[in-house]
Amino acid sequence: MTEATANARTGSGEGFSLAAIPLWGQFAAIIISGVLLSLVWDGATRWPEAWTLPMAAWITEFIEWLKSEATIFGIAFKDITRGIGSALEVPVDWAEYLLYRGFKKVGLDLGPLPWVAVAAGVTIFAHWVGGWRLAILCALTMLYLATFNLWKDSMKTMTIVVVAVPMAAIIGIGLGIWVTRSKTASRIISPMFDLMQATPHMAYLAPVAALFAFGPVTALIATVIFAMPPMARCTILGLETVSPAVLEAGQMSGCTRRQLLWKVELPAAKRTLMLGLNQVVMQTLAMVVIASIAGATGLGHKLLYSLQQLRIGVAIEQGIAISLIAIVLDRLTQAYAYKETDHFAAGKPFMQRHRHLLLFLVILVLSYIAAEFFRWVKIPPSKFVWGTGDAKTVLFDAKLLARHADQAIRDFNVLAFDYINPVRDWVTIHILLPVRDFFLWLPWPVFVGVIGLAAWRLGGRPVLLLCLALMASFIVTGFWVETMKTTYLVLIAAALCVMIGVPLGIWSARSDRVANIVMPICDTLQTFPSFIYLIPAIMLFRIGDFANIFAILPYATVPAIRYTYLGLKRIPPVTIEAGIANGATKWQRLFKVELPVALPEIMLGLNQTIMMALAMTAITALIGSTDLGQEVVRSISTQDFGRGILAGFFIAALGIIADRLIGSWAAERKRQLGIG
Amino acid sequence: MKNLLKGVALAALMLAPGVAAAEVESDEPIVIVQNNWTSQLVLSYVVGKTLEEMGYTVEYAPSDSQLQFQAMADNDMDFQVEAWEGSMKSAFEKAVENGMIDAGTHSASTREEWWIPNYVLEKCPGAGSWEGLNRCAEMFATAETKPKGRFVGPPADWGKNYADRVDALEMDFEAINVGQAATLWAELQSAYDRKEPIVLFNWTPNFIESKFEGQFVDFPAPSDACNEVKEWGPNPNATGDCGAPHSGWLKKAASPRLPEEWPGAWAALQKIDFDNAQIAAAALMVDVDGMEPEEAAEKWMEDNADIVKSWME
Repeated sequence: MTEATANARTGSGEGFSLAAIPLWGQFAAIIISGVLLSLVWDGATRWPEAWTLPMAAWITEFIEWLKSEATIFGIAFKDITRGIGSALEVPVDWAEYLLYRGFKKVGLDLGPLPWVAVAAGVTIFAHWVGGWRLAILCALTMLYLATFNLWKDSMKTMTIVVVAVPMAAIIGIGLGIWVTRSKTASRIISPMFDLMQATPHMAYLAPVAALFAFGPVTALIATVIFAMPPMARCTILGLETVSPAVLEAGQMSGCTRRQLLWKVELPAAKRTLMLGLNQVVMQTLAMVVIASIAGATGLGHKLLYSLQQLRIGVAIEQGIAISLIAIVLDRLTQAYAYKETDHFAAGKPFMQRHRHLLLFLVILVLSYIAAEFFRWVKIPPSKFVWGTGDAKTVLFDAKLLARHADQAIRDFNVLAFDYINPVRDWVTIHILLPVRDFFLWLPWPVFVGVIGLAAWRLGGRPVLLLCLALMASFIVTGFWVETMKTTYLVLIAAALCVMIGVPLGIWSARSDRVANIVMPICDTLQTFPSFIYLIPAIMLFRIGDFANIFAILPYATVPAIRYTYLGLKRIPPVTIEAGIANGATKWQRLFKVELPVALPEIMLGLNQTIMMALAMTAITALIGSTDLGQEVVRSISTQDFGRGILAGFFIAALGIIADRLIGSWAAERKRQLGIG
Repeated sequence: MKNLLKGVALAALMLAPGVAAAEVESDEPIVIVQNNWTSQLVLSYVVGKTLEEMGYTVEYAPSDSQLQFQAMADNDMDFQVEAWEGSMKSAFEKAVENGMIDAGTHSASTREEWWIPNYVLEKCPGAGSWEGLNRCAEMFATAETKPKGRFVGPPADWGKNYADRVDALEMDFEAINVGQAATLWAELQSAYDRKEPIVLFNWTPNFIESKFEGQFVDFPAPSDACNEVKEWGPNPNATGDCGAPHSGWLKKAASPRLPEEWPGAWAALQKIDFDNAQIAAAALMVDVDGMEPEEAAEKWMEDNADIVKSWME
């Protein structure tokens, strides 16, 4: 730590005392002195092993100690986590009984909710909050789950969702309120949220699995931790933006502090809170799929298994199911957030006020009774058959469809390989390997100096200190090589994402027709479980960084497209008109007016792209990488939790460094342009 | 709402056929571990359904192939039907020290080794042995490994270091580790469809032998001496210059609470024994015929009713 900081200080110190030297001169001085240092001192290339802090081993030992020996007030820590675990099992169990197990275990001879009832219930709810269009979307989704034989697994996934979402929401609101009420809480919790959101999903699994037993509860806890920060953030934002007039009205009518919170502030912030809930739902679903690695059953588990068997067609069907559920939940929560309160409801008769609920209850009872006579009411049929005996024709068979998809992917692979492989080899040999070797050669003082100088120039002392501390953390703990491999992979992926995403964003901003096609694709790409791309990527590109980068692209390009689109759309019409009045051509307007004005927004898109690419490195580890992502994934099964936790933290650290650099730049630029 | 449900429950109670369950020691669910490869899934359902027929309550819990053993030692899970010597030996033995029970060995023998599809032999006739394979090393090269050949190795956390063996035998190969088993099969499928030379990590019994034609590569037979005495084996200057065992064990594992809480189930579980043909048949129904693991288990139990009966007695 001291060494790294000291060195970087001298680096940026040079620029400080010799302020007359131009910026490029300062960078050059840092680079040259760093390289020279590495020539005389080996420690500048690789941090000397003797000085490495065995942080990973300490953390692993600490967790082992927690698990086996630690006591709090005389109660073994292990028993406490077990206790929490079994307490959490109760709601999970009940959700399971309701959705797919039936109540036999608690002595009730009652089956789970028949699928017909669930499908009808969701559709009716959709009609209530969002009208016919939403109802049709929900009905079709439910039918898809039923006809593609994915019902039971979907319900298993939903078990975790229905328990995790309320938990995450309640904890999030609680923390949010606390932060707005207490300065100390704000100082401790806000940076923690930054860290939690920048840490890849998978990094949560190992430590949670270590402390709690392997199984659905672990998945639940990891999910709640991951999904909670957006709720807290939206609570903070919502409470802070309640208009002072509303607050004063509350105070004048003699509210106590508690009444003010519950009757005035929270209702006034409802919209923002609902937005937070929407985020919680989306994050929960994303996490549930990943959590199958740590013992959650359901669609994610089945999906991993299908990929394991190379049944890509089936995996795609399962992936579409996850996407559809995500889209339905997203639309439902959004519709609920924007639903107007019916202020005339009280005057209407009971039947009319509660017609949706009544209809559902009727269907519920009928379906339970019908389920006793017809099996297809209870469990959706796996094949749709017309006629009987020899004259039987199978109308629809999801399995057959999946096999055709498998065959198509294989045929495409045989066909395309001869064209794609030379490209892959060329790119690997001439671009990827040299860039990787460059990053592995890079002496750390150069890296620290360059980033440090940039941080200091862009964000001043606080940003500089934060970046130095984060960089020091991965240097002194001996993770330099893995971190550089991740940096290289993410930078190349981000560059490609920008090259693809920015033009697409510009094109969408220019033409509504293009936007109508591109934006739904973006939605789907972000909800489609990322590991499905992996197998076709491996088949086409074989193991290697080319495949890794390809697997990152679909997910990480989306923010580049979105932010470019939004950035261009948000340009004030006056600015554009000024361009037109000055006689600028279409292209001049784009390059001289629109893009420069939208640049801060586009850079924030780049920031998000980097975050997503970092998160994806934990996924590409499943192909076979040797970077931080691999450390995170491997730690789950080797139980070397220290390495896993640190690797997750360092991925987050890279994200935070990028975020601070880009964020400071964009803020400054926006200020100069007089926007935001 | 609650009353309604109760009414429905009563109606359902009257309609439902009576469930005849045998007397068992405890209604607590026995938790059976499931991993993510076919044979294990089918066999775990076979075990679970057998126990259910005996009247026990069964639950299935997916788990990781390394973490599961500690979970069993902690009584979080109760039974694992497939524990492999090659990849799970150390985790298994560590958990036994912590209280997990070794519930006996199957007749089936297992092998984990370098493996080539048969079409490789046409281009490189000697590839069945490590020396012959090494002579054609360049045939297996990729952009990253050139001029060395590429060996597609198992996930790094499976506890095998093939880079060490390559060094010990002075082979012209580079071991590239995949991130997960599915990656191995994706590589194999892709190469197989294009008849491109490939050498990769494989094991038996699994579904690969029913889908792809190929064979294991022979290495010097393993022994304790190989790992301790440098002079032993082809390379007089290195230890570890030998292959993996040709027949490794396949064991069952149980939680310490299992024999105490469910003695009847424990007696049956100890009798359960699978051989290679039975395991391959179970996996085949899923991997080739496209059945769901649960259906395949039911079919397997129908086909082998006598065997299942003999366990339950």
